[in-house]
Amino acid sequence: MFRTVLVANRGEIARRVFRGCRALGLRTVAVYSEADRDAPHVQDADHAVLLGPSPARESYLSIERIVAAARESGAEAVHPGYGFLSENWRFAEACAQAGLTFIGPSAEAIRAMGDKPEARRRMAAAGVPIVPGSPEPIADAASAERVAGEIGYPVILKAAAGGGGIGMVKVATAGELTAAFATATRRAQSAFGSGQVYVERYLEAPRHVEVQVFGDTNGTVVHLHERECSIQRRHQKLVEESPAPNLDARTRRALTEAAVAGARAIGYVNAGTLEFLVDAQGGFYFLEMNTRLQVEHPVTEEVTGLDLVAAQLRVAAGEPLPFSQEKIEPRGAAVEVRVYAEDPARNFLPSPGTITRLALPGGEGIRLESGVVEGSVVSVHYDPLLFKLIARGADRAQAIERLARGLEACVVEGVKTTLPLLRTIAAHADFRRGRVHTQMVEQGAFHG
Amino acid sequence: MAEEIKAHITGVVFQVTAKVGDKVAAGDPVIVLESMKMEIPVEAPRAGAVKEVRVREGQTVQEGDTLVVLE
Repeated sequence: MFRTVLVANRGEIARRVFRGCRALGLRTVAVYSEADRDAPHVQDADHAVLLGPSPARESYLSIERIVAAARESGAEAVHPGYGFLSENWRFAEACAQAGLTFIGPSAEAIRAMGDKPEARRRMAAAGVPIVPGSPEPIADAASAERVAGEIGYPVILKAAAGGGGIGMVKVATAGELTAAFATATRRAQSAFGSGQVYVERYLEAPRHVEVQVFGDTNGTVVHLHERECSIQRRHQKLVEESPAPNLDARTRRALTEAAVAGARAIGYVNAGTLEFLVDAQGGFYFLEMNTRLQVEHPVTEEVTGLDLVAAQLRVAAGEPLPFSQEKIEPRGAAVEVRVYAEDPARNFLPSPGTITRLALPGGEGIRLESGVVEGSVVSVHYDPLLFKLIARGADRAQAIERLARGLEACVVEGVKTTLPLLRTIAAHADFRRGRVHTQMVEQGAFHG
Repeated sequence: MAEEIKAHITGVVFQVTAKVGDKVAAGDPVIVLESMKMEIPVEAPRAGAVKEVRVREGQTVQEGDTLVVLE
C-alpha cells in the first residue's frame, strides 16, 4: 500500500476521499487554486499545494501542475475524484509515466468508455442491450426511413457530433421523416459544424437506473446493486436512491448481470458505473459508463455498509476486492439529494456568493457530505454543488421521511439553492410512490 | 435612446458575440457568460446597433454590471 495520496479535486469529494485515506492510515495531500485558499478541503489534508489561479484550466485541470504537486509533496498515488480530470485518459497516463498510482481504471478503459460510439459498440459486443438505432450516421432521408422502419416509431434524430440534447428531432410517423431529417441535418450543421445525424428509437419518459460495478487486478468484477437517478435537470441528477423503487426482480437481475458482463468484457478495474435508460415495459438500454467514483456513491455505501473509497485505495494498491459478490447484501433504503447554489425559481441560474449562514441537520440515519462551511465563498469558477444530504432507513418510506425532515432543517443564507425544489420533491406524491422518470423536472411536475 | 445591457448573473465573460456597429435583433445573444460550468447567453432586449462593448473575454463581471450598450 502507498503511504501518501494526493486528491486532484476540491469541495465535498476531496473531503470524502481524505476521510477514506485517513481510515486506512494514509497521509493526505490537497491541491487548491487561489480561489480556494481558505476552502475546507485544504484544511482537511496533512499537506496542501497551491496549483495556480482560480480558472480550472490553470489549476484543477492542469495535468502538468498536478503531477508536479504530487512529485513535490511525495505523494505516491493520485485520486481524481469526479469531474475535472477524472475521466481524462491522458491524466491517467501522465500519472503512470510519472510513477504515480492512478486510483481508478486504466487509461485504456477511460479512453474506450469516453468515446461514446466506441463504448456502445464494445458494450453491444458484450451482450449489453443498447438503444436500437443506426450504428453509423445516416446518409439521406430514404436511408433514415428504412432504418426507422426496422426499429419502429417513434424515433429520434440526433447529431452525431452533438450532445446535451441539442439539435434532436423527434419523429412520430414515417410521413414526418423527410422534413424532420432536413431539420435535424440543418440544426446539427449549425450547432456542431457537422450535419451528420443518427436515428435511434425514441424512449418515452424513460427512467435512469445505474449499476455500481467494481473490479480488481485479479479479474474479479462484482456489482453493488443499482441506483435510481431519474430526477434530473439539464441531464444532471438532483435525487438518487437505492434500491430503485418499482423495479421488478427480473429486470433488476438482468440489469446487474448486464453491467457485470460489460465491465468484465473490458477488463475493468476499480469503481465504475454503467448507466441505463429503462422504459415502461422494463426494457433497458446502455447509456454510458462513468469510469470513476460517482457523486451519488454514498447511497450505495449506506445500503451495503461498504466503504467504496477505501475499496478504491486497496484495489489501486493491487489488493483483491475487500468484498465478494455473496457478501454484498443491500439492507433498507437510502436516498441522496444534491444541494446546488442555483436558483430553481430562475430556471436553475447559478447563484455564486458568500454563505452568510449555514445550518445542517444530523441525527439517526442522516449523513452529510459538504464542501462548504459558514463564510465559504461560492465561486463562479466551479461546479455549484454545495453539499449532499443522504438519508437511510429500514425501508424507503423511513428514508424519505428522514430526508424530508433533514431538508426542513437545512438553512443556507447568502446564495440561492435548490433546497426549495428538493423539499417539494420529498413531499411529492409521485416521488413518494416511486413513480419517477427523467422528464419530470422539465415537464414541471414539481411546480407550485 | 441608448440602452445598457447588464449582466443578470455574476460570472466570467466566456465569449463576446457582438461588436461595435453590429445590428442585433431582440433575443440575439450579445455576450456569453460562464458561471459554475454553465454557459449563459445575455440577449439583446430589443433590436438596435451596438454602440459600446464594455467587457472583454475572461473578465469577471458582477450581477448588474453593464456589458454592452445599444444605440
